[in-house]
Parts: sequence; C-alpha cells; structure tokens
Amino acid sequence: MSWLIVGTVPEEDFPLVHGPVVVRNQSLRVQEREVKIARGTPALAAFTAMAAREMDLAPPEVLLMGDTGSGQGSRKVYARLVEIMGELEVEGFTFHYLLPDIYWHNKVLWAIQEKQPSAVLVADAGFMYVAKMSGFSADYDLFTPDIGEMCFLADETAPHPFYTRGFLLEDESRVEEYISRAYSEQNAARHLLVKGARDYIVQDGQIMSTVSEPAVPAMEAIGGTGDSLTGIVTARLMAKEDIPAACHKSALTNRHLGVLGLPTPAFSIGELLPFLAGAMQETG
Amino acid sequence: MKFLKNIFGNAREKARGVSERGILVFNHTSEVIEAESLLREAGLEVKVKGPPPEIQSGCDMVIEFPIMHQLQALDILEEKRIKPIQVTAVQDHLLEPVSLFNVKDFGEYLMVRAANMKITVDRQSLEIVNVSGGGCPDVPFLAEQMVGRRLHEAPEPRKYGRTLCGYSLQLAYEEMKRRCPG
Repeated sequence: MSWLIVGTVPEEDFPLVHGPVVVRNQSLRVQEREVKIARGTPALAAFTAMAAREMDLAPPEVLLMGDTGSGQGSRKVYARLVEIMGELEVEGFTFHYLLPDIYWHNKVLWAIQEKQPSAVLVADAGFMYVAKMSGFSADYDLFTPDIGEMCFLADETAPHPFYTRGFLLEDESRVEEYISRAYSEQNAARHLLVKGARDYIVQDGQIMSTVSEPAVPAMEAIGGTGDSLTGIVTARLMAKEDIPAACHKSALTNRHLGVLGLPTPAFSIGELLPFLAGAMQETG
Repeated sequence: MKFLKNIFGNAREKARGVSERGILVFNHTSEVIEAESLLREAGLEVKVKGPPPEIQSGCDMVIEFPIMHQLQALDILEEKRIKPIQVTAVQDHLLEPVSLFNVKDFGEYLMVRAANMKITVDRQSLEIVNVSGGGCPDVPFLAEQMVGRRLHEAPEPRKYGRTLCGYSLQLAYEEMKRRCPG
C-alpha cells in the first residue's frame, strides 16, 4: 500500500505522470521525467519522500501534470484520477496545487468515497480551497491552512482567500475565533494544522496542541515552507501515526529545518531539504 | 449509488458550499457584447445575465464568468481597452476583494502579503528574493518568473497570472512597488 500525492508542476509541457518518486540532486524524478524542487507540489513530494526514507518507508506515488494556471493540466489530473480510482492501492491522498473546480472536486471525492472509502484525505492549497467551496470540508481528515487561508475557511461566503471579508483580518491573535467559526459553518476538515507564528493542531474544533518554538521568522517568507510541512505530515501519516501527533511532530520538524538551515528570507526550500534528516532527529 | 449521484448530483451541489462564479459589470451594452465574445474566444465559460438587485450601476446586462480566472478575464479585456466598472463574486450578497496589506520588516528584507500571497524583496538591491503562499497552479510558475529579478524589471504577475492567486500577488507586488519606488 502506498500514498498518492496529487498536484501540478509549473511547466506547460510537463506530461501526465503517475508513479513513485525519487529525489536526486535537488530534482524530483518520476517516470523518467525530472522537475526542480523549487516550491509547490514537487517540493511537497520531495519532503514526503525524504521523510519517508528516514522512517524506512517506501516513497509516495505522485499523479502530476504541467499547469501554469489555465487549469487544463489540473482537469486532466482530475479526470485520470477518477478513471484509475478503482485500481489504486493507497492508504491516503494528499491533494495540493490544483485549479479549484467544483465539478471535478465532487467527481473525485465521490469516486474516493465509493472506491477507496477508508483512505485518509489531506488537502492543501488549491484543492483545500475547492473542498471548502464545495461544502464538503467535513469529509476530509486534514486541512493545512496558513493564517490567510484560515480566515478564508472562517468566512462562509468567500469562494477564495482573495474575497475574504475585511472583518476577518489576518490577526494571529484571533486564530482560535477563526477555527471556531470555520467548524460552526462546517468549513473545516476533521483536523486542522494552522501554520503561523504559533501552529495550531485541531481535532473536531478542539485545539489539541500548539507549537511556537523554535521560531525562525525568515521561514514565513520562503516559498515552499508550507509545502514542506504538508509533505512531512504526509510521510508521518504514511507511517500510520495518529493525525494530531503527526501534525505536532511535523510542525516541530519544520521549525528545526529553520534552526539547522539558518535561512535568510532569500533562501529556497530546496536549500533546506538537506537538513530534513537532522530536523527529524531533533524532533524525536 | 453512482446512479443516484448522477440524478441528485446537481441538487446536492446547489445545497452546499459557495458559488465559483463572478460578475463583470459594464457601463454599456456594447461593451458586454464585445466582452462576451472575447472571453468566449479565449475559452472561458461565460454567460450574459441580468444584474442582481444589489448592483446599482452599469447597464442592464452583466457577464457571469468563472471567478478563478478573474485575472485572465481582465487581462483579455484590457488588451482591447474594455474596462468593467465592477467585478464581484456571486454569493447571497456582493463580495469585495481584500484591500488590506500585511507588511513584515525583516531588516534587510521586506515582505508584503495580500490575501494569501506574499512577496519578499531585498531592500538594498530591490531583488525579489521570494514569492510564497497561494494555492492555484499559476503561483509556482509566477514565482519562477519573478524570483531573482529586480522589482521594477520583473514581469508583473498579471502578465502570466491566470487566477485569483495571481491577482492577489499582483496586489502585493503593486504595494511593494509603492513602498520601494526604486
């Protein structure tokens, strides 16, 4: 049994690929194709693969296609996923950078519920947006929003973070209020990992734990530090860890990446990948 | 089960969630007609409709469009010098875009956030050192086009962006340029 990471690659001509991933020299390799680990789904998949290796697990599989924003690649990914759903041998899915599309979201979710009913469902980025837009957030096991996305989940009318209403300011001191509001409107998954200066681990509306140390402020500016965190959580879920425990440990590991890597805001996430093994050891 | 979903799928969709459609409002009907054909030619799924009662301005027709593609739609219209007087999300009431910026000072670096998108610049060289946040597939592509270039020489997000995340990044980029005039 494996885990499937579903997303896109920022290259228009990158073909539809499906298979296990290999990380090599700052690149992600799948089915003889390579893509840079700069940010987005390739970064997430690289962190999952490397964290899985540290835990003596087989690498995850990915289903990817090039999409630079038109949505054509995303729709081909959705269609292929529905087509192969019955043949997959996976314990869970992590959905990532995909163009939000309610029609395809619902097709994918219903196919999972029919053919992979016990799969663990993690959603981040565009697929988390469409899961909320569709009204099926509660069918997911884990969302991993940052503070801006948490405000979006808390606003029952917003179709995208761009339209989050002004009274829901991005105020980190009000995160608990946003969490409560998202659950009251059924716009949250069963678990949330809210990424910020303080990370919140939430189960069914209850805050299970928070993580605020060690703190490396530069991490917020680096593209892909949210992707790395979702990638590490995915690996821990592959190891069948309890979801709140997996989130807590992963939040710590992501922070130790910053401690060991000593990044400036000009770092890339690929430069932090070599510190993952050490960060996992620090976490325990 | 699948059979039932096919029958009740639409009803279920309508009963849950929020709309993924937006509205473009124009001053003149002629603009509506031209905009409709331009957007349709570009492959966007658009419909001409009557305006909802909350819209107090513009002509008697509006264009409904997939809101995720707001940036692409506005770019297509701007090329032909057609400017809608209002763009909103279709919900029970009209929604306005975020207008607040969050600024973080790292000393040597400055970060500006608009909605879910962040851009970070080296204060001295004005090089864009990072783009982060977002969830739509144009974000990693935009980051590749912009990171490593000087703020005033990099392509604007609206040049390659297609989605609302791209639009958020455009707002963050404009605010950064306002704060770092170069």
